[in-house]
Amino acid sequence: MSKQRKAVALISGGLDSMLAARTIMEQGIHVEGINFFTGFCVEGHTHAIRANDKAKPKRNNSLWVAEQLGIKLHIVDVIEEYKDVLINPKHGYGAHMNPCLDCKIFMVNKAKKWMLENDFDFIITGEVIGQRPMSQRKATMPIISAQSGADDLLLRPLCAQNLPATLPEREGWVDREKLHDITGRSRKPQIAMAEQFGFDEYSQPAGGCCFLTDASYSAKLVDLWKARDGDKQYDLDDVMLLKVGRHIRPERNFKVIVAREEGEGRFMQGYKKDFITLKCVDYPGALALVDGSPSAEDLFLSARITARYGQGRDAEQVDVSITDKDGSERIIQVKPFAAEEIPQEWFI
Amino acid sequence: MSREVLNARRLLCPLPVIRTQDKVKQLKAGDQLEVICTDPGVMQDIPTWCRINGHKVLETRSDDYEYIIILEVGG
Repeated sequence: MSKQRKAVALISGGLDSMLAARTIMEQGIHVEGINFFTGFCVEGHTHAIRANDKAKPKRNNSLWVAEQLGIKLHIVDVIEEYKDVLINPKHGYGAHMNPCLDCKIFMVNKAKKWMLENDFDFIITGEVIGQRPMSQRKATMPIISAQSGADDLLLRPLCAQNLPATLPEREGWVDREKLHDITGRSRKPQIAMAEQFGFDEYSQPAGGCCFLTDASYSAKLVDLWKARDGDKQYDLDDVMLLKVGRHIRPERNFKVIVAREEGEGRFMQGYKKDFITLKCVDYPGALALVDGSPSAEDLFLSARITARYGQGRDAEQVDVSITDKDGSERIIQVKPFAAEEIPQEWFI
Repeated sequence: MSREVLNARRLLCPLPVIRTQDKVKQLKAGDQLEVICTDPGVMQDIPTWCRINGHKVLETRSDDYEYIIILEVGG
């Protein structure tokens, strides 16, 4: 009796990896999923934070996909290891701060290690030649295979027929004829395949599943590094806070993060011991955090910004409470900024 | 059978799931784990994780801004 072959599938939560896994499962291969959490993943985070997003399902798409497929999913925290990928990408960045090619190499390499530790036979991904301008091109496919160390144990079921046969194909573990030859950015073949498999719901995030592909997020990250004199180290709280609020930097030495709505304000409350916090006293309004080393004058200006985003924005004077990290509180009176008084270049 | 408590407060999805997954690896079949979170997303994600990995959710409840899930480790 032949050995039951096992494949580990990189599951992003999007449609392509879902179809790739299902294609291989159809051939009788035991498939389990793996998902890597870098800290930059666009998932439940923002939905959970923002009260306005209540209508959106607060679900982790990779878990949801795994359940649709009926496979186990292993989620791996790679926050620490990922820093080197982001800070020193060998292949550079994409349009923003997205090191997509290095990221893919890193993830396939991690999957290879997992495969060996767990006695699996090969790795599958939902990559499609020509699908993404940086990491999913004909030229990058062999680079990912080689530099990840996966070599011919990396099978891309959606475009395998356009690539040299991998070990699972040559050994007959999978039938190459039943794999696919999708190329390009069109989603039509994947949508047709989803229909064929009976998947009537799936996630197709326009910018991929990573905050680093987002222009606004990337600008905030670059600003954070600049404000720290080029020190690019970061922790999870840094990258989480870049996902919430308006970020306003009047001077290099401090930045004001103003909650845009109630959910963000609630989330930011959790950082009261790490930042100076500002809030309007007599009017409902936004919570603001001050990051950096502000002077008394800077805090006065921060209070005017905070008042601008409260319901007392049109009042002559507004009381704003300033709470230090140790919990000590004082109240100052300020005139809220008018909209046109805040220079556009302060907004990150 | 043991019962343990995991503090996953202030963590956002998928970190509560990852911490739960890592804790469950240290437990035996039949052991119970109470996970306390502040991200409402866990009410969907941890039960999904349990279903696909063969664990049983015994109880879910929310208490002010906390979300508590009690699960039993599967075999």
